Amino acid sequence: MSILLDYQQTSDHTLTKKDLGNYLPVKKVVYDTQDLNLWYSDVHALKDINLSIYEKEVTAIIGPSGCGKSTYLKTLNRMVELVPGVQTTGTILYNGKSIFDRTLKVEDLRTRVGMVFQKPNPFPKSIYENIAYGPKIHGIRNKKVLNQIVERSLRGAYIWDEVKDRLHENAYELSGGQQQRLCIARCLAIEPNVILMDEPTSALDPKSTHKVEELIQELKQEYSIIVVTHNMQQAARISDKTAFFLNGEVVEYDNTNLIFNNPTDKRTEDYISGRFG
Amino acid sequence: MAANTKMKDDNTVQVRELIDQKKQKKSFANLVEKAIPFFLFIITSISIFTTIGIIFTLLTETIEFFKRVPILDFFTGNTLEPLSQDPSFGVLPLITGTFFSSVIAIIVAAPIGLMSAIYLSEYASDRVKKTIKPLLEVLAGIPTIVYGFFAFTFVTPILREIIPGLEPTNILSPGIVMGIMIIPMIASMSEDAMSSVPNSMREGALGLGATKLEVTTRVVIPAALSGIIASFVLGISRAIGETMIVTIASGSSKNFTFDITQSMQTMTAYIVEVTGGDAPAGSTIYYSLYAVAMTLFVFTLIMNLAARYISRRFREEY
Ligand SMILES: Nc1ncnc2c1ncn2[C@@H]1O[C@H](COP(=O)(O)OP(=O)(O)O)[C@@H](O)[C@H]1O
Ligand SMILES: [Mg+2]
Repeated sequence: MSILLDYQQTSDHTLTKKDLGNYLPVKKVVYDTQDLNLWYSDVHALKDINLSIYEKEVTAIIGPSGCGKSTYLKTLNRMVELVPGVQTTGTILYNGKSIFDRTLKVEDLRTRVGMVFQKPNPFPKSIYENIAYGPKIHGIRNKKVLNQIVERSLRGAYIWDEVKDRLHENAYELSGGQQQRLCIARCLAIEPNVILMDEPTSALDPKSTHKVEELIQELKQEYSIIVVTHNMQQAARISDKTAFFLNGEVVEYDNTNLIFNNPTDKRTEDYISGRFG
Repeated sequence: MAANTKMKDDNTVQVRELIDQKKQKKSFANLVEKAIPFFLFIITSISIFTTIGIIFTLLTETIEFFKRVPILDFFTGNTLEPLSQDPSFGVLPLITGTFFSSVIAIIVAAPIGLMSAIYLSEYASDRVKKTIKPLLEVLAGIPTIVYGFFAFTFVTPILREIIPGLEPTNILSPGIVMGIMIIPMIASMSEDAMSSVPNSMREGALGLGATKLEVTTRVVIPAALSGIIASFVLGISRAIGETMIVTIASGSSKNFTFDITQSMQTMTAYIVEVTGGDAPAGSTIYYSLYAVAMTLFVFTLIMNLAARYISRRFREEY
């Protein structure tokens, strides 16, 4: 509770300045993107991205489809490199260290930076095994510890009460919304610092969407969350900062209330008021 | 433009006329339409009736055999001397022969086939995959008789260098070669099973910091397990039913032994030998063919049922 109060105070205090260049961050920067360019073979998907993402906030990425939102998100944990022919230039600093550094293992980065996908993708295993998978591959074998982790993660994703009596059933027997919260719980099980979410509610019904949104609000007390969404009301509801992407560029990045109430760029205004996209 | 419109008009008129004309002739087409399902049913029944026919023949002749040789003697007897003055018909030597050759084959084929499948599905680039898969299919298309003399003239001599006590005909060499023969099938089927595991699952695991190997062993293989087991079992079934390789490379001594360096005969090879010699119809040795064939059939059936059970138990639904 006290964390929450502290947080609100500081954020109210810092969220007034419009120009991010003069912004005095009280919060630490987790991800610092500098001059990032990315190509899928010949498609120039990200162009000169400069973006600082702050700790323990929800950062929303909005923009029309095909503008590079998912690509940017996947660059942050280097999942984008699974696509053959991807080339990047520029730097991304994660807690001050380049994620492209040769000495850094991608697995270590991805252990610190969790990801939730657009379509819920639990493993075809039991609910319990889904959560225990991450801890297990990182060497945690003790049954008692695993039990604790499973319970804590499921509680953390507010799904414990719904599944506590059926932990050994196949995860695919859950509803879509429950599956997505299970995937969030799976992510929490290895206690990352950052959670990347790519349109986490686009495959869900309104009620499940509401639950996931509430969950995101809770999670930001402990995690830095970057969420891609094509739903602008959602971005306005849940995020502290919003970045507007268009054709692979960041058009505008600012505090969410400013982006939605007083955008600087005409294109942002057009997009937000539904004139295109 | 004008010409165009005119043509269009002409066209419409013609089409209507054509359809009307066609309608007149429809009655025959209707008949065909109605007859087709019936015709296809008959065709389908052929294979069903054939199967029933085969089982029926097997059964009646087997029963005839058991009237002459007690069923217990057949299944527990460890001497098979059909041609001696005082013939004995114990099937155990043939069962051990079949068992050892198939086990050796699967020991060779399962790991190699599975590892090839893992390479092709998880590691190989599309280009490598496109080259290797057709090659595997070529390997699968080689006639078994070729594998047979490959075992006899190539593998056995090499093995005899390594294992001095190895007989010129033995069960080890054809077992290994049968394994080589079923590798492509196991590789190809397991690869299909692994490739059909959705990428989203790999991404989910990679996103948790899993290495590629961890993704393969802890997500992809479990998710594809039913397909992989099915490929193993089909491989074993093929090994059990395989005839030429063992006939050529393992000889025809009806030893009851557990020593794989010796010659053994399999059920299939026995059938070849007896039908190749002239077993007079109606003799006990003639009926023994059916009893052995029936045993072979039951074995394969049990294998397939077991496979279905196992693959259902281990299936990970997604
Ligand atoms: N795997 C890929 N291979 C080639 N081009 C891709 C691939 N993924 C995305 N792109 C291209 O990159 C651009 C950005 O895509 P994406 O990041 O998925 O957009 P968004 O998530 O904003 O809808 C699009 O032009 C898309 O066609
Ligand atoms: Mg996207």
